[in-house]
Amino acid sequence: MKTKKLLVLCLILIVAFSVSIFSKPLKIGFSQIGAESAWRTAETESMKATAEELGVDLKFSDAQGKQENQIKAIRSFIAQKVDGIILAPVVETGWEPVLREAKRAKIPVVLVDRGIKVSDPSLYVTLIASDFVFEGEEAGKWLVKKMNKKGNIVELQGTPGAAPAIDRKKGFASIIKKYPNMKIIKSQTGNFNRADGKQVMEAFLKAEGKKINAVYAHNDDMALGAIQAIEEAGMKPGKDIIVVSIDGVKGAFEAMVDGKLNCTVECNPLLGPLAFQAIKDALAGKKLKKWIKQNDEVFPMEVAEDVMPSRKY
Amino acid sequence: MAIKDLTRDLTKRIASSHIKWSLIIFFVILLFNFIFTPNFFHIEIKNGRFYGSIIDVFNRAAPVMLAAIGMTLVIATGGIDISVGSVMAISGSIAAVLIAKMDVPFWMVLCLPLVFSALLGAWNGLLVSYIGIQPIIATLILLVAGRGIAQLVTDGQIIVFEHPPFEFIAGGSLFGLHFPIIISFGVFLIILFLFKFTALGLFVESVGGNSEASKYCGINAGRIKLVVYIVSALCAGIAGLIAASNIKAADPNTSGDGLELNAILAVVIGGTSLNGGKYFLVGSVIGALIMQSLTTTILTMGVPVQVTLVVNAIVVLVVCLIQSKNFRDILAGIFKLDFRGLLRRMPLKGGNK
Repeated sequence: MKTKKLLVLCLILIVAFSVSIFSKPLKIGFSQIGAESAWRTAETESMKATAEELGVDLKFSDAQGKQENQIKAIRSFIAQKVDGIILAPVVETGWEPVLREAKRAKIPVVLVDRGIKVSDPSLYVTLIASDFVFEGEEAGKWLVKKMNKKGNIVELQGTPGAAPAIDRKKGFASIIKKYPNMKIIKSQTGNFNRADGKQVMEAFLKAEGKKINAVYAHNDDMALGAIQAIEEAGMKPGKDIIVVSIDGVKGAFEAMVDGKLNCTVECNPLLGPLAFQAIKDALAGKKLKKWIKQNDEVFPMEVAEDVMPSRKY
Repeated sequence: MAIKDLTRDLTKRIASSHIKWSLIIFFVILLFNFIFTPNFFHIEIKNGRFYGSIIDVFNRAAPVMLAAIGMTLVIATGGIDISVGSVMAISGSIAAVLIAKMDVPFWMVLCLPLVFSALLGAWNGLLVSYIGIQPIIATLILLVAGRGIAQLVTDGQIIVFEHPPFEFIAGGSLFGLHFPIIISFGVFLIILFLFKFTALGLFVESVGGNSEASKYCGINAGRIKLVVYIVSALCAGIAGLIAASNIKAADPNTSGDGLELNAILAVVIGGTSLNGGKYFLVGSVIGALIMQSLTTTILTMGVPVQVTLVVNAIVVLVVCLIQSKNFRDILAGIFKLDFRGLLRRMPLKGGNK
């Protein structure tokens, strides 16, 4: 009996020793929300591509939109003794217990694209995400220039209460209110989807008609719906009515090449490089900012054709 | 003379029918818009068809109207179908995938989604009538699973397509009217004919009134239920085709989201009781129109986003209160008003002047 136990112990030691010597590559777990949009698939692809490039052993888990699946995934990452965890949290709350387990196991956790609410901020290393207020401001600045500081704007908001909707509205309004001749004459929610964006724009066109000079949509999908509504009203989107939106998905670039969308502010999903760098820095003991902001660019329609082939999402 | 008689007959019939109150409410909303929303009734012709807010109401109401028509029949048999939103998403997704990923003839793009919708309806019907699962639970299965099926069909992505014949479903027009208006009223007339002018309607009412008793009368209650669930799913499937055609894309995540609740609301506003039995197809259509006119009004007037749902809720509450006979009696009691007497006296007064 005793010899057997000893043998097992020896075996474990040998395995542990050999693992620490031979498996140099980092082992990192990535818990993704799901694959509900082209944006999110692009984010996943970015993680996988970066991992391959850096020779990282990536453990990928798709939670299909459920928090309990994400928590399960994180627990299994801890059990597998990964070196770091990347988490795209589906909701803001309820993460404390599982993140505390990760902290006890001394595994750094990096959040991507959305924040969480925890009483102890040391539970995660950093958040890598776009600044939605900044995106709204950029859209506003571009529109001010394009419209020569005057004109009437209608706004298609995202889902009420969602962080991107609140912040993109706030950022945009903060720029527009500086110019007394620019007015947001109507603002309604299009719930981040095409069908609602189209229906709301239809109603706006009937209420205000030719008074509308520009549309600001909180995401590309609503803008694409609005473009259809403008066309059906017998006007030319991109010419008679300026259209600007946020996200920079493929459909938006296609619309820009067709001359129907004037500008999109990118909300970059390619967070892979930044996320892996953050984990490496954390493992090296470097102190990181609590929020690493993703650099978002403005793409007007003039550059669309040149940029399009290099777009990954 | 004959026309005068006919109109008098019609007014009399409406005044004494169940849809009286929903009609009144619809006209009150329209009247409100006539006064407060400029250009609401302004209609012009653009691209060879009518264009205006009031046209939008009828056009955008099509999906809810279709779902409500099917739902009315299901509710009449004492059941409920909460899977219509998911069926709508599945039907649109299948059509989009057929167009974008497979090279199939146009008639198949139209037929396959509808055939699959009918199968889903048959599944609901089988669970309810032959296996005896409570309707709300039986259709809940498809409500949850259905959206998963839609996401499976499209791989969870929004599928975009270009296909002029299919785009005609929502974008085209006939006699100057948007095609969805034609479709929804066409379906309405067919269902109205089948269920009001043939024995089928009586069977439905009888099954809803008392399933056991109708069985002893020789009505195959199970088969009647099967039929209404298939009809309901078919209506939802048509709505799905319209929705996909409308945005030239299938969105499995949001298409038809909440449709079941809107359809049930439309049915209830239309005067049909959730207990089953008597049903009012015309009422349900008016119910759908009431809800869409409300949405269009809110969007056109520019009600702030934060209060939109509250406004919606208040109007629906008022509608339901007015529909309730108990509430009207209480109100009459409080104000000591004699509604019937008032109505009787009114034409006399006008005549004297």
